Amino acid sequence: MAQSPPNRRKSRYTADRNVPGAFEGETVTRRAFMTGGAMAAGGIATAAFALPALGFALGPILEDTTPERWQDVGPEDDFDDQTYVPKVISLAPQIGDVGKTTVYVRRHNPQRDTSNEDLPYVAISTRCAHLGCPVRYFQASRRFVCPCHGGVYGFQGEVVGGPPVRPLDRFYTRVRKGRVQLGDRFSLNSKLERFSPRDPSNHLDGLWQYLYPARPTT
Amino acid sequence: MKVPSRSRRKGLRPTRGQPGSRDGRNGPEGNGAAAPGVKEQAAEAGASIVGWLDERTGASPFLRGFLFRKVPKGTNWYYTLGTATMFAFLSQAVTGVFLAMFYEPDPTRAYESASHITNDVFLGELVRGMHKWGATVMVVLIFLHMGRTFVFGAYKYPRELNWIIGVVLLVLTLVMALTGYLLPFDQRSFWATVVAVNINASGPVVGPYLADFLRAGAEFGTTTIARFYAIHMLLVPVAIAALIGAHLYLVAKLGTTAPPWLKAEKKELLKEEI
Repeated sequence: MAQSPPNRRKSRYTADRNVPGAFEGETVTRRAFMTGGAMAAGGIATAAFALPALGFALGPILEDTTPERWQDVGPEDDFDDQTYVPKVISLAPQIGDVGKTTVYVRRHNPQRDTSNEDLPYVAISTRCAHLGCPVRYFQASRRFVCPCHGGVYGFQGEVVGGPPVRPLDRFYTRVRKGRVQLGDRFSLNSKLERFSPRDPSNHLDGLWQYLYPARPTT
Repeated sequence: MKVPSRSRRKGLRPTRGQPGSRDGRNGPEGNGAAAPGVKEQAAEAGASIVGWLDERTGASPFLRGFLFRKVPKGTNWYYTLGTATMFAFLSQAVTGVFLAMFYEPDPTRAYESASHITNDVFLGELVRGMHKWGATVMVVLIFLHMGRTFVFGAYKYPRELNWIIGVVLLVLTLVMALTGYLLPFDQRSFWATVVAVNINASGPVVGPYLADFLRAGAEFGTTTIARFYAIHMLLVPVAIAALIGAHLYLVAKLGTTAPPWLKAEKKELLKEEI
């Protein structure tokens, strides 16, 4: 190798580079070709099981797991516009009692409600907007209170105190044949404007809302 | 590094010579010495099994280097906290395997199967109790071990990588604690997990996706408990076991540090010498 001039080493032909056993016109040594081929085969074999497994684990992030469905919660006579009535609906029907949740329902009250006039009923989710514990409604103080970290919400579900970052979520409502039905969940910012459903703890005001985007699952 | 040449206990040392050598007692050249009695043969059996394995694996030089390495002066009881953590992990692994024989990771069956372990299975209450309290013990021990390493300055060069591996082990142990907490599936574990998943969701941008991954969807559903179970008993334990191996390898390779107060004494001695 020492005798060969420096410019000959840069040649793309193995024969010019004095590689032992080089063929005429060969640019890649057989050893390098076999090494690369074995690496590529190993990489393809690894990807063949690793990628499907990864997709299997991550798939639920990308598919809509809460398909639209309407659930009956009782006749219109059950509700008035001054107090909430607790009703139970199912969020995950396949897992029995674990998938059920309480929802507080009342009729839309034009004097009190400042937003969402298109929905005939107000259905407040009991999932605290702080970290998801179940809130409870107290008619005496017209407040929703969370037992975990002391979040307090007013009559419309707006934050009055404690750590929650946004008002309580709601469900879409409609009336069919005199019966009240609840649909999908939606989230609200502090002005009670509607957003697609977000996880608890996700802000929806100011610049914060862009850090917590809508997700494909909801 | 000089290590003791003969570490095997007397009873485990073969009394015969190396293979191929003739000690006059066996083989055709036996010169009429009394044949060994049953007692001697039984005593020999252990030694010959150890010898057979050693000859084929070369384990004894490795084990001598690994188990009989020199430790600095001043090594004390605080140096046992790492081993204690490892044995807490082994206890969790063993009890966890037996709990897995009875536990059903299904939202409608999990609570009942956990109650069944506690109330009906023979010694089930003990094994479940060991696993439950052992989890707390392991977390306490790993923090004490970490504190010992920090206070003694044992994380410094050349042991930084071992500190990093230790931090990963700490995080994985906490993942075990989090995922295991859901499995009894009573009110407390359910709501604690809801809160924990939503804490994950509070991270900006990636947080909501991480929560979706943990729940396998937007709501706590059919797959969630199975997912936590798989993470708890397959994914993380294997990672912990492998990293403990790496951790121990580095401990054996780099040795342990002397307590900091001994270093101070050494400096004074040097001054006197000058």
